[in-house]
Amino acid sequence: MKTLVWVEHDGKAVKDATLSAVTAAAKLGEVHLLVAGQGVDGVAAEAAVIAGVGKVHVADDAAYAHGLAENVAPLVAGLMATHDAFVAPATTTAKNIAPRVAALLDVMQVSDILSVEGADSFTRPIYAGNAIATVKTSDKKLVLTVRTTAFDKASPTGGTGSVEKVASTGDAGLSSFAGAEIAKLERPELTSAKVIVSGGRALQSSENFKTLIEPLADKLGAAVGASRAAVDAGYVPNDYQVGQTGKIVAPEVYIAIGISGAIQHLAGMKDSKTIIAINKDEDAPIFQVADIGLVGDLYKIVPELTDKL
Amino acid sequence: MRVLVPVKRVLDYNVKPRVKADGSGVDLANVKMSMNPFDEIAVEEAIRLKEKGVVTEIVAVSVGEAKCQETLRTALAMGADRAILVQTDDRVEPLGVAKLLAKIVAEEAPELVILGKQAIDDDNNQTGQMLAGLLGWGQGTFASAVEIADGHAKVTREVDGGLETDDLKLPAIVTTDLRLNEPRYASLPNIMKAKSKPMATKTPADYGVDVAPRLTVTNVVEPPRRSAGVKVADVDELVTKLKALGVAK
Ligand SMILES: Cc1cc2nc3c(=O)[nH]c(=O)nc-3n(C[C@H](O)[C@H](O)[C@H](O)COP(=O)(O)OP(=O)(O)OC[C@H]3O[C@@H](n4cnc5c(N)ncnc54)[C@H](O)[C@@H]3O)c2cc1C
Ligand SMILES: Nc1ncnc2c1ncn2[C@@H]1O[C@H](COP(=O)(O)O)[C@@H](O)[C@H]1O
Repeated sequence: MKTLVWVEHDGKAVKDATLSAVTAAAKLGEVHLLVAGQGVDGVAAEAAVIAGVGKVHVADDAAYAHGLAENVAPLVAGLMATHDAFVAPATTTAKNIAPRVAALLDVMQVSDILSVEGADSFTRPIYAGNAIATVKTSDKKLVLTVRTTAFDKASPTGGTGSVEKVASTGDAGLSSFAGAEIAKLERPELTSAKVIVSGGRALQSSENFKTLIEPLADKLGAAVGASRAAVDAGYVPNDYQVGQTGKIVAPEVYIAIGISGAIQHLAGMKDSKTIIAINKDEDAPIFQVADIGLVGDLYKIVPELTDKL
Repeated sequence: MRVLVPVKRVLDYNVKPRVKADGSGVDLANVKMSMNPFDEIAVEEAIRLKEKGVVTEIVAVSVGEAKCQETLRTALAMGADRAILVQTDDRVEPLGVAKLLAKIVAEEAPELVILGKQAIDDDNNQTGQMLAGLLGWGQGTFASAVEIADGHAKVTREVDGGLETDDLKLPAIVTTDLRLNEPRYASLPNIMKAKSKPMATKTPADYGVDVAPRLTVTNVVEPPRRSAGVKVADVDELVTKLKALGVAK
């Protein structure tokens, strides 16, 4: 089987999520990559040395600069004439594009796969990860998104892929990019961090996130996450949300502070290696998944903890 | 302009799903079912656009068993004007739903379709994007703000790195994220009024759409359980544990 893997990048470098998708695709067959963007020769060169990669298709055009699904989906659908599976990491960019590709190919996408059980069979989480379904597809072409925490990262080096330019399918004229507010990261990215410190509603303000959560995260070299309640209340931006409908993370250590542990939150972090919970309610559901729990007032515990580290 | 809002009936988000012992799926007998939360946000957004005078009519659509009438009545009680039930007892996948919606779009000629970004039962996150692909329309997914003016929709989207704004030509597809709005509760008088709002019942065959699933669910199991952890007594003990884990020096 010949796969086409979506390379997630920021115009300059390949994002880690790509490496997990490569691992998933390699279980199906030959791995080819697609780099779509503008001025992406550097990204293509980086992609070509990912271990196990065959061909790297590069579509360089202004129409692809912002990954607009309306422009990218026809490009992918065209390339699928000579590939059997489109495999993309479940990033917001790819979740936007892949179903549109599936519709153009008249196939049913399999979202968020956790494992490859065979050439047509996959497991995936449903009901916020409270159940794992095995699904078998009857479609001739596959469109898959990959839960990146479920697959090891392919080695970013050691490969000897060849780079090949592909013709642009142009601007569909349906949409245009009008701007972005992309947070500047002073800390590790949530989805690739080894340690995450997350705060919930109990933090009460963005001020408290800054004075309590961030210093602790800095001591641990950790990324900062949050529950939906904390995001909705405006304590932190939307891209901090961990959960069923936010980011899926699986760090070595996840520290949940003042988070109750609703199933929607657990869905995003319960595959973390070690979970630590700090909560004043000893019956909070978060303690049912926590490996290490400390019952008490975060306003006392967190400063003391930061101090003693 | 007319807006179409597809709403799905799902297990209520507060109910803990129970996996059936025979591996056939999640037990939906005698449990509370509700409108998919993202679809409530979609209905609310349509109502707000109507209150602003941008939208003139809101049509709610649901695909599923007869009980989806309840979900549609909820949409009508919130403020939708009329409803279409595409009734079937068979499982319909996002591709099938999108094909049915494409036919309804052809009949109803809406300028905007607002869907949820994701149904919280199957967590597919596909239908809106598929519909946009089938229709050849622009798509503003994971929306946290929508502005309609001069035949365009400006959609602010929640993306991995933060927020992105795209400008779409109408007609277009929007899918909702959590921060788009806070849905209203239907008032008692509006619940009463909703009972007399029109609801059409159709079948997939009426639209000539083959909705046979492409995916077979061969097994459904519970995820591995985490084993019970320990409680530490104080911060010092926690610091010791963190050191043992190698994350603190
Ligand atoms: C469709 C849908 C999607 C959702 N998606 C997500 C998602 O992706 N991610 C997500 O997180 N949620 C999601 N939610 C929301 C989820 O259901 C919960 O509402 C949310 O996770 C609660 O956040 P919280 O734990 O911070 O707040 P709460 O539930 O209010 O918990 C606060 C906790 O802090 C503790 N506390 C209070 N004061 C202190 C103190 N001084 N010291 C120590 N502890 C204290 C309390 O005991 C409590 O346990 C979703 C909901 C819906 C309907
Ligand atoms: N059976 C259905 N009936 C009506 N709308 C649906 C149905 N299935 C999906 N949708 C719509 O598509 C959105 C995304 O669903 P999904 O792609 O299944 O995650 C939902 O939030 C609904 O707006």
